[in-house]
Amino acid sequence: MSIKMPKPDDAVLSRRQEIIAALRAIVPGEGVISEPHELRPYESDGLTAYRQPPMVVVLPETVEQVAAVLRWCHLQGVKVVPRGSGTSLSGGALPLADAVLLGLAKFNRVLDVDYVDRVAVVQPGVTNLAITRAVEDAGFYYAPDPSSQIACSIGGNVAENSGGVHCLKYGLTTNNVLGVELVLMDGEIVRLGGRQLDPAGLDLLGVVVGSEGLLGVVTEVTVRILPKPETARAVLLGFPDPEAAGCCVAQVIAEGIIPAGMEMMDRPAIHAAEAFVQVGYPLDVGALLIVEVDGPAAECDHLIEEIARIARENGVTTLRISTDEEQRLAFWAGRKAAFPAVGRLAPDYYCMDGTIPRRRLPEVLRRMEELSQRHGLAVANVFHAGDGNLHPLILYDANQPGELDRAEAFGNDILRLCVEVGGVLTGEHGVGVEKRDLMPVMFSEIDLKQQQRVKCAFDPDSLLNPGKVFPTLHRCAELGRMHVHHGQLPFPDLPRF
Amino acid sequence: MTIVRPMRVDELRDAVMQAARDDRRLEIRGGGSKAAIGAPRDPVILDMRGFAGVVDYDPAELVLTVGAGTPLSEIEALVAGEGQMMAFEPFDHGPIFGQSVGAATIGGVVAAAVAGSRRVTAGSARDHLLGFRAVSGRGEEFVAGAKVVKNVTGYDLPKLMAGSWGRLAAMTELTLKVLPRPRVVATMLAENLDDRMAQAVMTRALASHAEVSAAAHLPAAVNGGRAATLLRVAGFAPSVEARCTLLPELLRAQCALRRSNEDEADALWAAVRYASPLDGPTLWRVHLPPSTLGMLLEAVAPLGGRWVIDWGGGLVWLECGGPAEQIRAAAAACGGQAMLVRAPAESRASIAAQHPRPAGVMALECRVRRAFDPAGVFETGRYPGETDAD
Repeated sequence: MSIKMPKPDDAVLSRRQEIIAALRAIVPGEGVISEPHELRPYESDGLTAYRQPPMVVVLPETVEQVAAVLRWCHLQGVKVVPRGSGTSLSGGALPLADAVLLGLAKFNRVLDVDYVDRVAVVQPGVTNLAITRAVEDAGFYYAPDPSSQIACSIGGNVAENSGGVHCLKYGLTTNNVLGVELVLMDGEIVRLGGRQLDPAGLDLLGVVVGSEGLLGVVTEVTVRILPKPETARAVLLGFPDPEAAGCCVAQVIAEGIIPAGMEMMDRPAIHAAEAFVQVGYPLDVGALLIVEVDGPAAECDHLIEEIARIARENGVTTLRISTDEEQRLAFWAGRKAAFPAVGRLAPDYYCMDGTIPRRRLPEVLRRMEELSQRHGLAVANVFHAGDGNLHPLILYDANQPGELDRAEAFGNDILRLCVEVGGVLTGEHGVGVEKRDLMPVMFSEIDLKQQQRVKCAFDPDSLLNPGKVFPTLHRCAELGRMHVHHGQLPFPDLPRF
Repeated sequence: MTIVRPMRVDELRDAVMQAARDDRRLEIRGGGSKAAIGAPRDPVILDMRGFAGVVDYDPAELVLTVGAGTPLSEIEALVAGEGQMMAFEPFDHGPIFGQSVGAATIGGVVAAAVAGSRRVTAGSARDHLLGFRAVSGRGEEFVAGAKVVKNVTGYDLPKLMAGSWGRLAAMTELTLKVLPRPRVVATMLAENLDDRMAQAVMTRALASHAEVSAAAHLPAAVNGGRAATLLRVAGFAPSVEARCTLLPELLRAQCALRRSNEDEADALWAAVRYASPLDGPTLWRVHLPPSTLGMLLEAVAPLGGRWVIDWGGGLVWLECGGPAEQIRAAAAACGGQAMLVRAPAESRASIAAQHPRPAGVMALECRVRRAFDPAGVFETGRYPGETDAD
């Protein structure tokens, strides 16, 4: 618990009953939750090491209610934390003691599907998987597939720019969203994008996606849907060590193949997964690759043979090609169960999310092993090998004094290492609370201030989801200060905010 | 015309700060291939071609870092040499303005969010810009994004820069995602379809397992009396062969498809890319939901419009000298927008290049621009009606 959240404002806390009453006037009935025992389910998201019951929860059902809640909070100087399904792994939906938690769970309808425009228009509380369910009978699907897709909401996916195992080929959320309806902190409702490609004006939609709930509250999302690939086939490849597996990955891409998914597991992850789900993973290998291709049958058959050839050229010791759907799913079963499987090895685990240039993988794994010994905590690795996105799982026991702090310190060292070799702090989980204080490792103060100025353009009073993403809160007036020349601003004719 | 050509970041920062001090405005420019878009103006030109060259390129990482002033043609040759491509199919606007190809820079391509026929399946410049270095209107150098293909650290400012038309910051260095170039590219061609049937064919093909990567239509009126509907199939040879067999079966009820030879296909795709059959003085570019294509064409036909259709019906290049407000109203009624790409100078002085957005969005855009460029150094008057949005 090393990250400090902004100090609660006593003046706001003392007005709690007034705030609850005002919210009830906007959202009647059960849409306002204020009893302490009913607030407990909202006290954390997927980053469970951090817990804080919210001041009050409001669950509006209409965009007008969302706008009214935000407008009232804006006028009253009350902070707001938006929340989808609460599956964020970086604390993006962590409540604040003096903030209203705005839940979008009641926005759960698919509003429209159009197979000519190849879009689905949905409310933000619809789960990721429910979009695919709504269009699969017509032969379509929604491509981004974060592993929490049964539970996570599309609104949360927009906030976090969620990825998944297929994003090397099909992109992240941002590449699959065409439009949103967004409510700004002052209650103004704007529509960004639509059903067309590349709308006029600045790409504000592009910066809203992945903004972690700091710029506005999304109340409607238009996503692209794709025709479901005709077939999918997978190959399971065991290598003596991660170096050989990494060389295989590089050659697959160098030969022009972009697999639908390409996942790597290291020895601890392989053993944990096999012990958990018994799908027949080889236990005598140092790295396991699952490579999946999808598309027309002729393409899959061709590419599987090519990948098998490349694997042989790189010293593969186990090579299994899926011959039917059951076998393909069995290959994936261990990988998909890797997190809970690793979770059985220790009372707690901490999932990291850095991205590195793939060529640096052997070095990063070697230095991660050194860090593991220095911190006295074990680590297992699963890895989106195609795009260099690492998920080290640090094993610890929160009941042992100091172990959580050591796990966090170890995790921070891993992320510093990712940045040092040319990578980034987070590939798909977001900065949130978790990586907030590491932002200066990757960005200078000027870089961060420029990002915060964008925040000021959307939310000048910094009331929306404060304490996330940015390590230092600056007042917008301070960020907006300009050089004044001869006591006069340049271009006095231009409007300023 | 005054031109400033910085060669280093400190010179660029000085140029920006000097302009702010002198109350002069700067137009960020690469090769000037799109300079004829927007209202006539007389700013100081900030020539970015000093920031040229390859910074880093590791094909296996699918990442390319280059100076923003590097010519597009150089980058295309470089990545083609490694069997790769920029998947958004950027192109040089020169031919649209009666000039040759070769002036466009990658910075200009990204700033104008240029994307070709493959955009419908592969995304636009916004989807392939991973990171950048730039100097803001404050004269500060900053970075955003990164040099890896998967990253969500901080706001996605690269999305804002793609399509910013030089109004936020002067990009000096870009990191782009590159992808393998398809081994085989085939074009399946249907002839003599009317617009309605062409759209039905493109829609069916794009929704099918044939994995068509681009779909375009040249109506008879702009293609020598012989309409051509193009479906592009790209990938590995066995896959392309299978899909080229599948498509005619799939579309048998709607049209006869034949495989075009390479020269013929190249010429047709080039006609689509540059809208070259539309050689009148006024050229619009309408982005719209494909389902409303018929509605748009019905509205603009009586205005004397001629058109080329790309993106499976999501893009209409429209040659039309009719009233701008009627064209924009038609586009808006379809859920789309119309950009004025080419027009006589006197028209451009009064008709905004970019389709107007609702007041709330315009005001938000203006605040975002001021977040990068508080003094308006990069506001050159190219976009009349947009600087006083709030």
